[in-house]
Order: sequence, then C-alpha cells, then structure tokens
Amino acid sequence: MTQSDREIRQAGVRRTIWRSVAALVGMFAFAFALVPLYDVFCRVTGINGAVDTTAQSIVHEEVDESRMVTVQFITRNGSGLPWRMEVETRQVRMHPGQTTEVHFTFSNQSGGESWGRAVPGVSPATATRHVRKVSCFCFEEQKLQAGERLELPLVFQLARDLPPEVNTVTLVYTLYPVEGKSEPLQTAGAQNKEGEEA
Amino acid sequence: MAPKVPPQPTLEQSTSAVDAGHGHHHAHEAPPKGIMRWLLTTNHKEIGSMYLIFSLIMFFIGGIFALVVRLELFQPGLQFVNPEFFNQMTTMHGLIMVFAAVMPAFTGLANWMIPLQIGAPDMALPRLNNFSFWLLPVAFGLLLSTLLMPGGGPNFGWTFYAPLSTTYAPPSTTFFILSLHIAGISSILGAINIIATILNMRAPGMRMMDMPLFVWTWLITSFLLIAVMPVLAGVITMMLMDINFGTSFFNAAGGGDPVLFQHLFWFFGHPEVYIMILPAFGIVSAIIPAFARKRLFGYASMVYATAAIAILSFMVWGHHMFVVGMPLAGQLFFMYATMLIAVPTGVKVFNWVATLFRGSISFEPPMLFALAFVVLFTIGGFSGLMLAIAPADFQYHDTYFVVAHFHYVLVPGAVFAIMAGVYYWLPKWTGHYPNVRLAQWHFWLSVIGVNLTFFPMHFSGLAGMPRRIPDYALQFADFNFVSSLGAFLFGFSQLLFVAVIILCVRGGKKAPAQAWGEFADDLEWSVPSPAPLHTFETPPTFQRPAH
Ligand code: HEM
Ligand SMILES: [Cu+2]
Repeated sequence: MTQSDREIRQAGVRRTIWRSVAALVGMFAFAFALVPLYDVFCRVTGINGAVDTTAQSIVHEEVDESRMVTVQFITRNGSGLPWRMEVETRQVRMHPGQTTEVHFTFSNQSGGESWGRAVPGVSPATATRHVRKVSCFCFEEQKLQAGERLELPLVFQLARDLPPEVNTVTLVYTLYPVEGKSEPLQTAGAQNKEGEEA
Repeated sequence: MAPKVPPQPTLEQSTSAVDAGHGHHHAHEAPPKGIMRWLLTTNHKEIGSMYLIFSLIMFFIGGIFALVVRLELFQPGLQFVNPEFFNQMTTMHGLIMVFAAVMPAFTGLANWMIPLQIGAPDMALPRLNNFSFWLLPVAFGLLLSTLLMPGGGPNFGWTFYAPLSTTYAPPSTTFFILSLHIAGISSILGAINIIATILNMRAPGMRMMDMPLFVWTWLITSFLLIAVMPVLAGVITMMLMDINFGTSFFNAAGGGDPVLFQHLFWFFGHPEVYIMILPAFGIVSAIIPAFARKRLFGYASMVYATAAIAILSFMVWGHHMFVVGMPLAGQLFFMYATMLIAVPTGVKVFNWVATLFRGSISFEPPMLFALAFVVLFTIGGFSGLMLAIAPADFQYHDTYFVVAHFHYVLVPGAVFAIMAGVYYWLPKWTGHYPNVRLAQWHFWLSVIGVNLTFFPMHFSGLAGMPRRIPDYALQFADFNFVSSLGAFLFGFSQLLFVAVIILCVRGGKKAPAQAWGEFADDLEWSVPSPAPLHTFETPPTFQRPAH
C-alpha cells in the first residue's frame, strides 16, 4: 500500500467519523424536539384528550334538539395532594349546542395550606376538539387553606359538529399538587393520614 | 468466544503467503505482558475475543437471573423469592441479555470477522475500539451493583416505562441511567468504527455488492445504531431530569405525558430488536451455502431485503402501543406497516430455503444451529404477525404470548445464530475443529430446552396469563411446570458450549486455512488457521468468485 493510498483511506475514515457524529447529534436533538412536536401534534389532532386550557367564548348556535349526548365526569386524586375533589352529579344528558354548568367541590383535608391543579382529559379522543369550555377551574391553579372547601363551576358546550358516532363523552379531572408551591408534604401527611388515603 | 488469542506472531508467521511482500513493519513491537496487554490492546482479534468472552460471562449471569424467575414460577404460590426481588430479576435478565450479552456478542464477531472478510489489516479506529470495549465492564459492573444498593436494583421491566421508572422507581435508578448511557456510548463508538472500516478499508477490487452478507448486515445495523442509540440516550436523559431536576417530561402533574415515554422508547426499541437480528441474518447467510455446497440464492435480494427491513423498522414502533388509546387511524397504520416487514423477512427465509433446495447438505455443528435458526425464527415471525393484528393484540398484549414471541426470535433466533457463528469460525480462531460429539449434544439439548421453555408460553399467554408476575392462577400450573423444566435444561446445557470452546482452544482436530470446504470461500478462509495476530497488512487482491 502506497503512502497516497493510506492518505486517501485516512481522509475517508475522517469523513465517515464527522458524518456519523453529525447524525448522532442530530438524532439526539431530534429526540428532544419530539417533546414539543408531540405536544403540538396531540393538541392539533385532539388525540390524547389533551384539551385547550384557555377559556373559549360561548357560541350561540342552534341547539340540536334531535340529539342527546351523555357527559360523564370522573374526578381522581393524583398522588401527593391531600385534597378531595367531588362533583355534584356524575352524569348529565345534554344536546349539542346547549350550554351547561356543573359544580365541583374541592376540600383541603390537611392541616396546611396548599396549591393544586386539576388536569383535564377527554375521552374518546375524537370528541376532544368539540368540547368548548367557557369557564373551568382547570384553567388555573387553586389555593386552599387548611380544611377549606371551595366550590367552582365548569361551564361548557358540546359543539354541534360533534362526530355523530359519539354518544358519550367522558371528562376526567386528575388533581395534582403544584410543584414548589405546596407546603412540605410531611407536615400535611403526618397530621392527616386518613385524608391522604381518601 | 475464543478465550485464547492465536499464538504470538513472530515475524516469520506474519510473513505468510497472504501478506507476503509487505514492506513496512510498523507496530510489531512485543506487546506488553499480562493484564496490561489486554487493557491496552488495539488488535481487532484480541478485542473481538474480549467482547465474546465478556458476552459469554454476561450470558451466564443473565441466565442465572432467568433461572431465578423460572424457579419461582415452577409452581403457583410464592416459594423462593419475594415479589420485589422477582421484579428485579425479570428486569435485570432482560437488560443484561439485550445490552450485555447479545449486542456485545455481535460486536465481538464484527471485530474479529469484518476486517478478515474485507481484507483489512485492522479496524479503522483501533484505539477507539479498545475504549468502546472497556466501557462495557464499567457499564454492567455498575448496573449489577445496583442490586446491592438500598431499595434494590431496577424493578420496572427492561422497557422501563415512566412513571414506574421515575416517580415510583428505586433510588438506584440514577445509576441504572448512568450505566445505560455508558453502554450506549460503547455501542455508538463501535458502530462508527464498523462503518468507517467497511466504507474505507475494503481490499482493492471489492465492491459493496461483493461484500459478504455478514459485513452488509453489520453495516446496516451500524446505521440503525447511530440513528436510535441517541434517542435512547435522550429518553434516559429526560428520565434523569424528571427524577433529579424536577422537570416533567413524563409526569402528568407537571404537564408531561407518560405515553410520550412509550413513543420515544419504542422509536428506539423496535429498531433495537432488528439490531439484534440483522447480523444473525448475515451469519446464517454465510453458513447455509457453506454446508449446502451451493452459492447463496439471491445475494442481491438479501441486501435489499436487509435495507428494507431497516427502513421499515422506523415506522412500526406503534405496534407495541396498540392499547394505549391510539386513534383508529394510528392502529391501522402501525398494523399494516408491521405486516409489511414480514415481506422482506419472508424473502430472506425463502432465499435460505432455496439455497438448501437440491443442495448437498451436511450437518456439521454450525449448520445444525443455522437450520434450527431458520425454522424457529420463522415461528417467532409468525407469532409476531399474530401480535401485529391490532384487535388480536388487545388480547395478547402483556401476556405470556408476547414473551413466547420475542424469545423465539431472540433465543433460537439471535442466540442460536451467534452460536452457529462461533462454531463456524472457531477453526479460524483456534486452528482446531470443535468437538463434534459434544457440539451435537449441546445442539440437541439446546433445541429441546428452548422449545420446552418457550412453546408452552404461547398457550399460557393465549389462556390469559399476564407477563411479569411472580405468582399465577392454578390453571396455568402445567404450562409453567414444563417451561421451568425446559429452562433448566437449556441453562445447564450451555455449560457444554463452554466445554466445547475450552477444548477447542486447547486442541482438537487441526483445521486447514479453508476449514469448511470450497463454498466457505470468503476472504477470512484465505488466511491460515489459526489466524495470525496480524493479517492483510498488505491488502489482498480480491478475486470475485465465479457465480
Ligand atoms: C415478522 C416480524 C415481526 C413482527 C410482525 C413482530 C411483531 C411484534 C409485535 C406486534 C409486538 C408487540 C406485542 C405486544 O406487546 O403486545 C412484538 C413484541 C416484541 N418483539 Fe416482535 N415482531 C417481529 C420480529 C421480531 C424480531 C426479529 C425481534 C428480535 C430479534 C422481535 C422482538 C420483539 C420483542 C423483544 C418484543 C417485546 C418487547 C416487550 O414488550 O418487552 N420481534 N413484536
Ligand atoms: Cu417491535
């Protein structure tokens, strides 16, 4: 093998390395880019039940009297927040286009003040974009004093263009603590064991 | 898996017929002695041997973990270990087998054989090669040590779904992440090295379409590694940040999404399963023609099928996630895309069978394993097709049926191909043929053991037995009894494999340069057996075999 052959080889190897490194960096960045892309994708398509968490205005469209849709409410406690969340009714029947108000109560069962937030989800995913929330406690974080009870409304409509095959829409709310704003959990938890289990 | 490296080369030996006439004697100083020699070696053959020995040791450690699992599942009820430890065993078994046994074994074979098969004197980046090997003992020493840490080792399954692996994970998880990062860097460096070697170091006259299929499949595997290992690194980095720095990539409370974890993981994970099988295709494509005494049927279609599989493997990750609540359109897309992969895979199986057709077949140990590979891997492919049917997968998902599927493609698939490769190349590594009697015992006990272990899992899975549980309902008792017996049979017969290798290093029937006859005629068979430490210092002129 001559000197020049070896140099050509070396140059080839170097080129391969740089291209590989570029591909590696690109793919690593791609993995992180997928996080916002995924979010945008889910929001645009409504997959995932990821709903818009900003208020929308009431649209005065004609109520579709011919159609009845069942809307169910599920409330859940995520871990780490000693609150209880209840809804006045588990289920309502309504027409597309109609505006409905439902009340939810939050009670802090611990001995300290804490911040929480209810994260919404919609099922089936195809209904997500047709749920129009005018006012929702899920738009913002809540603060509850020790033992405080708070009643908050959800005002919403189902749009008339709700896909015809959807007869039941389920709205799920999961309670989570707001990082950094709650008091250290130990005090709350230690004082109120039963509350946490609820 | 040759524990001993070919005899120390003297100048006379390296001036054998193959590299006669080379003018320069660089880097032939006597290598350092003892442990330093192994720590510092940059020789592709020595590094290849180290990879293979490492992989064999890890194969036994991972195997012991599997036997702990099978021991507990031998009978219903909790007998031997508590559920927490059981979960650590299933997790560690999977992690070790995938990342420390199968992947390093293929890298070891690549190190040994790729330079020999393309007529290169060594890998393109020999020092990097040494570094990528030595990262592995560090990575897996660390991973194994998590078992002794407070709270135990990883217990969330080899797929480490968040938030199980973040919010609810044991404190040792940070070390798990670190060890996976190190192992990932090792794979990436190995892949760069292999690509650089194949693209730049081929013997004059060897075109891409002249390369042996083992080289081709490894080239494509390396591209897969470069594409997906950074994604794995990204996912575990996100986990690390969720655990230690309060981010919420996968935490719904903070606006993250656990389903995102699964998308990212399987975007890596599905190509990863092909990383573990493509080099196996290459090995089998070398062995079948050698012992059927015919040219491989459809060389070009093999290359294109491999490339097609690799490209499609980026579009099917969703088949692991049919039950997460994916929209119908997504389910259909992933279902059809997955089934499409069966087409190039079918082309390969067809070509192997066509090569066998009217061949003059003999059943030496490598051929036994290669034939078992073709049959049993195909069974795994069929159960994969069943799983690919989205509505059917709603029933099968997370049952033992999935366990049966991936063990058929990985054990009598990838692992048998590795063993076939070891038997095939042992004469080149050691200069001796492996002991046929012992190898046959090893083969038959392994085949029986594998099928006893994994075939009943199809039935227990279809009957509804969930995977990853330490105890089960009584109706599954018989299937589990058979599976456990088979597992112990398979596990202990691997000791025969070690025996064959040790005996073969020590002595045995002498092998000539072209050890398996005229149809095993890739370049590695043109150097003496055992292959001297330095080969092809002067590039050989590549002669295209008359087809
Ligand atoms: C025709 C080819 C194949 C098809 C159609 C196929 C299909 C599938 C499907 C649909 C699943 C998901 C099952 C579930 O979780 O419900 C699966 C799981 C799996 N497959 Fe395959 N597969 C094929 C080949 C392979 C190969 C070649 C390998 C590896 C060498 C492999 C390794 C795996 C593994 C490891 C899992 C389980 C991952 C886990 O959840 O732990 N498959 N396969
Ligand atoms: Cu897959």
